[in-house]
Amino acid sequence: MIEHLPILPVLLPLLGALLLLLPPLSASLERQRIASLVVSALTLLAALTLMLHTRAEGIQLYVLGDWQPPFGIVLVSDLLSSLLVLLTSVLGLAALLYACAGEDRTGAYFHPLILFQLMGINGAFLTGDIFNLFVFFEVLLIASYALLIHGGGKQKTQASFHYVALNLVGSSLFLFALGMLYGTLGTLNIADMSTKVAKLSEAEAVLARAGGMLLLVVFGLKAAMLPLHFWLTRAYSSAAAPVAALFAIMTKVGIYSLYRVHTVVFGENAGPLANMIEPWIWPLAIMTVVAGSIGALASPNLRELTANLVIVSVGTLLISVALQNEKATAAGLYYLVHSTFISAALFLVAGLISEQRGKAGDRFVMSRKVRQPALLGVCFFVAAMTIAGIPPFSGFVGKLLMLQSAEQGSEMLWVWPTILISSLITIIALSRGGTTLFWRRSTDKSQSDPASPWQVAAVTLLLLAAPLMVIFGGPMTEYTDAAARQLHQLPASLDVLLPGGPS
Amino acid sequence: MEAVYAVCVGLLTFSGIFLCLRGRTFPVVMGLTMLSYAVNLFLFSSGRLKLDGAAILGTSYTYADPLPQALVLTAIVIGFAMTAFVVILAMRARADLGNDHVDGRLPPQPETKTRRKKDQA
Repeated sequence: MIEHLPILPVLLPLLGALLLLLPPLSASLERQRIASLVVSALTLLAALTLMLHTRAEGIQLYVLGDWQPPFGIVLVSDLLSSLLVLLTSVLGLAALLYACAGEDRTGAYFHPLILFQLMGINGAFLTGDIFNLFVFFEVLLIASYALLIHGGGKQKTQASFHYVALNLVGSSLFLFALGMLYGTLGTLNIADMSTKVAKLSEAEAVLARAGGMLLLVVFGLKAAMLPLHFWLTRAYSSAAAPVAALFAIMTKVGIYSLYRVHTVVFGENAGPLANMIEPWIWPLAIMTVVAGSIGALASPNLRELTANLVIVSVGTLLISVALQNEKATAAGLYYLVHSTFISAALFLVAGLISEQRGKAGDRFVMSRKVRQPALLGVCFFVAAMTIAGIPPFSGFVGKLLMLQSAEQGSEMLWVWPTILISSLITIIALSRGGTTLFWRRSTDKSQSDPASPWQVAAVTLLLLAAPLMVIFGGPMTEYTDAAARQLHQLPASLDVLLPGGPS
Repeated sequence: MEAVYAVCVGLLTFSGIFLCLRGRTFPVVMGLTMLSYAVNLFLFSSGRLKLDGAAILGTSYTYADPLPQALVLTAIVIGFAMTAFVVILAMRARADLGNDHVDGRLPPQPETKTRRKKDQA
């Protein structure tokens, strides 16, 4: 059984989603809720076991159909991917918990769609084959298209068409890139590609470079990198709260793919193509942070503000990709986990606030008092402090690690002001928004229902990450250090990844 | 053969991108479809173009690479699903928003405005 562990985080949500669509479970929403919570809890358990197993035993290779690695498809569970699978499972559970309070009533098939989305994201993290990565991207995208318009309404349809059209163009570019890389390298296994890329002839290297650059565009689109980030604010701010919370991990799938492809395949060992995206990604990363910060200042409501903070976090993560050393990658991983949890929590808090403020929603305007000012205030305050990077929460540690990872003078000159000023702007935007949301009250005395225990449980689950990631900061940074080392020193693990040797 | 093939792929990609940049949903959907045709042909050629090459070893002197064919099949299936979805979404956008512009609202048309002003005057 234990040797089948790497595929469980993909299989469990898939089977669960299919069962949810069949009669005994599809009959009532109650049954669907219980079943989907059970399935996502099981997925979480599988992800946790997988991470502990990978930690103890080293990289786990799962050879689908028992075809020898460079030729068949493999799933690879290393420290990086198992950590992200665990992150996704926790996030999925929180989104489902929140939705059980009634958000799943506003449209059909909410629970199966969330599970399909989880399957796609887990698969994208676990796969060791770049075409398979494309397939899992499509699985998670088609689930996200349907989730984005969950609940209906003009705004969602409008945002959705942009999102779908852009991602379809992105998928086409992805396939063009794959065709070029397969045509030159002759393989699609990521580990095998990394051994081939240094041996290319000059003419082939040009094509491979074009393919790698196209991949940068595709992953940049998923991650919301600067010129390709305009879809994000509208899509995320119009989505339902639990959906937006789950989408917090989607931009990170793009960042993960950048780490996986541009650090492993086109990284230090790539011969003439070594670190080829570096000159591009430096300015783009910094400009992404700037664009996100300006957007945060201009946001008219909390959800748009959070979406812009997601862009800032993407920019910060792109800086860690640009720094291209082990320390920066380790810092980036810590920051990635932290920012995913907290931006998801902030989306959920925004959902709660807009439910309790009547017509004003989460817009920064004067309105009636929220029903539970203490609860929501504390949640918002913790989330805001964490995302801005104020001690004692995880945002502070994450940003500190990022600052420390810039070692050379010229790098420090760019990284330090960018991160510090963007943190200041985050504080300004959030405190401005928070004071309006909680303190500028009208005389309207009408009250809405208090938050359901499910919603509070979901928000608490996500917000717990902020103190826990500091209390267990030692083991956590040890883990991310080890994961970054494994990623950067891929040749050391080639024996495990390609047991039959390169093709 | 290679030149004709390359021109075809290039022409399809060009038309696809041109149509994707249009303002109405129908041309955009057509553009996305054309782009996916171009991609399928392009992927097919990544295994090199060969005549009389079976994909099974030992049945012919030269043999074709079977992997791109498998990739193209996967891409076609996914492309079908996505096209179906985007068509439905475009129809829903037309129903919800009352027009078929990708932004959900028609850009202001200066000619009609001036005429209206004249009428009023």
